[in-house]
Amino acid sequence: MAKNLVEFRNLKTFFYTEEGVVKAVNDVSFSIREGETVCIVGESGCGKSVTALSLMRLIQSPPGKIEGGEIIFDGRDILKLSEAEMRRIRGNEIGMIFQEPMTSLNPVLTIGEQIMEPLMVHKLMTKKEAWNKAIELIKQVGIPRAEQIMTSYPHELSGGMRQRIMIAIALSCDPKLLIADEPTTALDVTIQAQILDLLRKIKQERNMALMLITHDLGIVAEIADYVVVMYAGKVIEEAPVRELFKNPKHPYTRGLLKAKPIIGQRQERLYTIPGQVPNPIGLGDYCYFSDRCEYAMDICRQKIPQLAADENGHKVACWLYEGEWKK
Amino acid sequence: MSEPLIEVKNLKKYFPIRGGILQRTIGYVKAVDGVTFTINKGETLSLVGESGCGKSTVGRTIIRLYDKTDGEVFYKSIPIHSLKKSELRKLRPKMQLVFQDPFSSLNPRLRVGDAIGEALLDHGLISKNELRDKVIETMEICGLAPYHIDRYPHEFSGGQRQRIGIARALILDPEFIVLDEPVSSLDVSIQAQIINLLMDLQEQKGLTYLFISHDLSVVEHISTRVAVMYLGSIVEMAARDELFAHPLHPYTQALLSAVPIPDPDLKRERIILEGDIPSPANPPKGCKFHTRCPLAKDICREQVPEYKDVGGGHFVACHLV
Amino acid sequence: MDQVNVNQPLDYKKKNNLKKAPSIWRDAFHRFLKNKYAILGLVILTFMFLFSFVGPYFSPYLDAKIDVSKGNQPPSAEHWLGTDNLGRDVLLRLMLAGRISLTIGIAATLIIVLIGGMLGSIAGYYGGWLDVIIMRLADIIYAMPGLPILIMLGAIMSDLKIPPPQRIYYVMFILGFISWVGLARLIRSQILSLKEQEFMLATEVLGLRDSKKIIKHLFPNVLPTVIVSATLGVAGAILSESALSFLGLGVIPPTPSWGYMLSAANNMIDFAKRPWLWIPPGVAIMLTVVAINFIGDALRDAFDPRQKI
Repeated sequence: MAKNLVEFRNLKTFFYTEEGVVKAVNDVSFSIREGETVCIVGESGCGKSVTALSLMRLIQSPPGKIEGGEIIFDGRDILKLSEAEMRRIRGNEIGMIFQEPMTSLNPVLTIGEQIMEPLMVHKLMTKKEAWNKAIELIKQVGIPRAEQIMTSYPHELSGGMRQRIMIAIALSCDPKLLIADEPTTALDVTIQAQILDLLRKIKQERNMALMLITHDLGIVAEIADYVVVMYAGKVIEEAPVRELFKNPKHPYTRGLLKAKPIIGQRQERLYTIPGQVPNPIGLGDYCYFSDRCEYAMDICRQKIPQLAADENGHKVACWLYEGEWKK
Repeated sequence: MSEPLIEVKNLKKYFPIRGGILQRTIGYVKAVDGVTFTINKGETLSLVGESGCGKSTVGRTIIRLYDKTDGEVFYKSIPIHSLKKSELRKLRPKMQLVFQDPFSSLNPRLRVGDAIGEALLDHGLISKNELRDKVIETMEICGLAPYHIDRYPHEFSGGQRQRIGIARALILDPEFIVLDEPVSSLDVSIQAQIINLLMDLQEQKGLTYLFISHDLSVVEHISTRVAVMYLGSIVEMAARDELFAHPLHPYTQALLSAVPIPDPDLKRERIILEGDIPSPANPPKGCKFHTRCPLAKDICREQVPEYKDVGGGHFVACHLV
Repeated sequence: MDQVNVNQPLDYKKKNNLKKAPSIWRDAFHRFLKNKYAILGLVILTFMFLFSFVGPYFSPYLDAKIDVSKGNQPPSAEHWLGTDNLGRDVLLRLMLAGRISLTIGIAATLIIVLIGGMLGSIAGYYGGWLDVIIMRLADIIYAMPGLPILIMLGAIMSDLKIPPPQRIYYVMFILGFISWVGLARLIRSQILSLKEQEFMLATEVLGLRDSKKIIKHLFPNVLPTVIVSATLGVAGAILSESALSFLGLGVIPPTPSWGYMLSAANNMIDFAKRPWLWIPPGVAIMLTVVAINFIGDALRDAFDPRQKI
């Protein structure tokens, strides 16, 4: 089995707002192996993006602050590195693409300048070398007429093209890990299919690890090797993709799977999870899902369940499975 | 077959593109370029398509939020676009719209109760004394608690705001509601709540829906019939089960195959379309889809395909069918 | 953002107990009273008004004649703030000047809000050729160099021998007339962006009357902008009047205004040796402007429902 590339150990990232402390990432641990695709799934506000930004050390402070834990990347604790060391990792060893391809490119620089910049900074290439490498990258992400694109400005390209360019920039320094934060949410279905296809292809070619953040379980099923489900700042379940979809354990994961209509499997009525995500401020020491859970027991409202694995390595944080852990 | 409630005949909506110092019209975005369909009483017709295909513009032009460029829309045989402003205002309560964005569609400085009740009062459909009870009743139907009535929109989550938007439309006792991507900005668990609410309301009140969406899995769940739009035109329309079982247009087929399905063991033959959607300001000649169509032939590049019935109310516009 | 808990059981009996909530105005009033700075501002401003309009009646020097022999006395038990070069009581003059300055500030602002608010709203809401005409007019006024125009107008007023009591009305009007442009532009752009919001489209879907659209939807959303610029306007007008008087174009002697009194600092001897002549009006202007800004900020927050009560 491949070794761990990234390991989150009890990561805690809090935001200090006027209303109170938001524990956006609250004691999160999981790992990503080399060459593996890990999907972080959850609804808005569950802390999935903040987890990724913590890894990049891009949490705005204030109001945000990484309060504890470790993030081991390739043998180093990211949280202990200096800002200069961190800059060498960002965009060089870890690439990142965002949801909004419209705003993540600089509108006054040409596409070529934006792809060449990290090459010249991190790989110390000459302008000529960077130009050639940039053209090669543009071709790799499936855009024809690369020379013409090099001299275009972002507004001249469509959303799908811009997202491809973002991927090209992220790939420019051959990162070991690519973080994709909802990379297809702003795109149309047919374009989404193109981008997912591209991500899968690139990952295979380069044996690069992919950390994909999404709310769409369909995308997870298509691309993930391993899935981490988050709810209100905590990991509530994690398992290899087949295991998770075949045998979802946490009532929240099950509810999510049942609540989504699926083409070709029409039901008369959709299953719903009652209520809504709790207010992240001032959560007590109990299972955060307990007030929406149809299986909630007394203990669920008194103690936080810990993440524990069964014999297949399927981890879940739920009091319903307490008996299984002891075995 | 039930009677038609809305009839749309060759509806066109062009938005002018202005340029130069004098802001003269230098071209048109043909957002809706001749669509014809009917919506029967009590059914849900879904309009599906990708961004820029004109589906929202159709929804807004049908209820005359935008003035048409050509064609006509009939509501119970009344030509909507020929009405005077005062006549249109009287008809407004019967045709409602629920917006996509639950944040910008509510006035941040208006209490929820006022937002829901003000139109009823303004149209003189209720007395001031009865208003509050009616608002509370409608809020409860839409799954909002009575004590929410005096709060402001910012105190609510996206799903609840969408319920407020639905209550605001519902209180006027409409017959026809345009649902403009009502669930696409919501999380999955909330999406299901809202879809169920919409379907329950339809059943209880015999509502007619035009459901605009890009999410085919939601469309399959909610629709009676489905129309697929591409660059301002309808390329295929059929009853739901027929369309999902036997899609005829290559675009519909590609759309269907592009939807990710939450089943890691499922291996599908996937049609991945090349390229991007062309600009509606400068659509391709002939069949508008030919630039991306994997099956395009010479005829597709020259002639506009006829929109024809291939049997059983299944309409398609493609040379190859 | 605090969210409402839908899981809380619905209490149907409560339904009848739900009383009509206070209006947005009452809410705003309550929020306003909770703001410490607002109260402070209100207290200072009330004091300034009482000081200026009621204060003079308590002064023993109200009917005093000019007496140069008592000129330029430093503060004493008799004259708390000393006397000026003509032997007049500075405290009394400060009070009388306050009447003029406060009146000009408020009246000029009212003119700005009336003209600017109306023209800006019309241009933004109706658009089309009305918008073009109003905005071009605004451009023209904006492009005119302010100070030369004021100097010119001041000269014309002197030429026409307009008596001093009337002259302050002209000053108010001129200040209002040249300053409405900024507010009109601000309101227009605000309305244009509001019109793009879906809730304005929603009012059309609901078939609301135009009057209701404007009063209930547009107006409350523009109000904060108007309040903030109006409060800045009061302060601005007081300062502009000072500048005009300083140049000898505003109110003219013997009617004092704070700005006019401040121009005593123009003179090196007065500036260095007789600070009682210019410090009091300076402090008065500063206190008034600060108080008004406190009140303006508080009003803006008071009309924002996102602020907690």
